[in-house]
Amino acid sequence: MATRAIDFAALNDGEPPHLAAARAQAYATPLETLDLLDTDLWTGDTHWPWFERLRDESPIHYHAGGGFGPYWSVTRYADIMAVDTDHVRFSSDAHLGGITAKDMDADFILPMFIAMDPPKHDVQRKAVSPIVSPGNLAFLEQLIRERAQAIFDNLPVGETFDWVDRVSIELTTQMLATLFDFPWEDRRLLTYWSDKATADETVPGNPTKQEREAIMLECLVYFTKLWNERVNAPEPGNDLVSMLAHNPATRNMIPMEYLGNLILLIVGGNDTTRNSITGGLQFMMANPSEWAKLKANPALVDSAVSEIIRYQTPLAHMRRTALTDVEMGGKTIRKGDRVVMWYVSGNRDERAIPEPNRFWIDRPRVRQHLSFGFGIHRCVGNRLAELQLKIVWQEILKRYPEGIEIMGPPTRVASAFVKGYSSLPVRIPA
Amino acid sequence: MARITYIAADGAARTIDVDDGVSLMEAAVANGVPGIDGDCGGNCACATCHVHVAPEWLAAAGARSEMEAAMLEFADGVTADSRLACQIAASPALDGMVVRTPASQH
Ligand code: HEM
Ligand code: FES
Repeated sequence: MATRAIDFAALNDGEPPHLAAARAQAYATPLETLDLLDTDLWTGDTHWPWFERLRDESPIHYHAGGGFGPYWSVTRYADIMAVDTDHVRFSSDAHLGGITAKDMDADFILPMFIAMDPPKHDVQRKAVSPIVSPGNLAFLEQLIRERAQAIFDNLPVGETFDWVDRVSIELTTQMLATLFDFPWEDRRLLTYWSDKATADETVPGNPTKQEREAIMLECLVYFTKLWNERVNAPEPGNDLVSMLAHNPATRNMIPMEYLGNLILLIVGGNDTTRNSITGGLQFMMANPSEWAKLKANPALVDSAVSEIIRYQTPLAHMRRTALTDVEMGGKTIRKGDRVVMWYVSGNRDERAIPEPNRFWIDRPRVRQHLSFGFGIHRCVGNRLAELQLKIVWQEILKRYPEGIEIMGPPTRVASAFVKGYSSLPVRIPA
Repeated sequence: MARITYIAADGAARTIDVDDGVSLMEAAVANGVPGIDGDCGGNCACATCHVHVAPEWLAAAGARSEMEAAMLEFADGVTADSRLACQIAASPALDGMVVRTPASQH
């Protein structure tokens, strides 16, 4: 399939230089040496050609080496759908390793329902899902809009600032603080816990395993105080802590399970939406014709939001553990093997999505992307995430018809799981 | 072919001729019936095609599969007459069937 590299390069003559170099390297290197968990591929944004190659040449691929042990990579849309919807043969259980390519630490297991199988998963998921009921979303909409307006009203004009810090983090952290009814002045603790929970200890500068566990326990202590304040309230509050404390399925959780579910809600509701807000700004500003389309027809905002979430793919993968031998694509996945579903690759699979590398806000079947997963673990918060992004874009449309200038490249997070940004310098034209 | 009537949350009714073998989700999406999203493209994997089947048509619509039942666990406002529209394929036996769609899909 070597010709494919040449064809593809020809199709992508606008491709940034770092990708052209990465493509040349990817097609000149044996697949056997590839470890997709190598964080350089993610900080440098150079994973794309590798996935392209895997989809073409080895769509169910076994990585024998790798820093976190051997794993299978599933890279085509249809195969990912097949694994994600087969919870009978592919487990999410934390005790088997959980839902990220890197196993959950066996000596610090945080049970959370994303990393559980039925029936326990089902009852715990139901305990928190009222937070995103249609009625509650309608209530939250007004609140999110007012806050977004306040954030935008306070942005500097004509000077460079960090979009991630001033907009993406601030908005999603405020949202999360509301969902938990969290003490307002302490809300950046949520951002801190969210970032630390997913920080890879093998990356220099990140906390060590012990440090990370200590930070997680601080989070537990803080939230235990909130639990104790709320558990005996005669009328349960309309917040996530009260919902967990009052529901029969969750009110007797052991502390580590409470912590696990907190981390799930903090990370789920925070990093993902944050990175979609940052990614979306870059995609829109890099594609002036799409931006013009949206300005000419603001009703496209819903569709644009779905396209942003596909294009960003805020969680690059989810992992499962095979409970039995499974034949797929001519390979045999053995019982006990790690199976990584690369949503980031499936979302660019030309077999399922026309012109997948094009950012195209009114593309056909725009909602049919993998970013929220599929099957029984499909994202609980998907409508809330879409609502936040929709409001962001409606407010941008109102205020900045000339767009927002991107002043430099973003800094990318060193993770093969959370696909995101730690900073993005921008300027609002004076 | 089957004539299927979709009744929206606000009571508005739409009747569509659906070819045999086409799912009630596909027909709804293709014709812009409100309240049905079909995010997974009919893979029984998102539960955004939730409908309530009129009681007299429940038997004709068939039984839920295990996966359908699992997905319905997490949809909003599920009742005994709930089905996923992507799991019901039109056939002459369903001619005249009536389904209600929710205000929004979650
Ligand atoms: C653009 C933003 C978001 C993305 C891309 C995203 C992505 C995902 C993905 C990929 C999964 C796992 C799906 C699977 O395994 O099949 C998931 C599950 C989950 N998400 Fe999200 N998410 C987002 C926003 C949110 C928000 C705002 C919340 C909280 C309000 C949230 C809460 C959850 C929870 C609780 C689960 C576990 C569901 C289960 O295991 O049943 N997510 N999300
Ligand atoms: S379209 Fe997804 S479950 Fe029916």
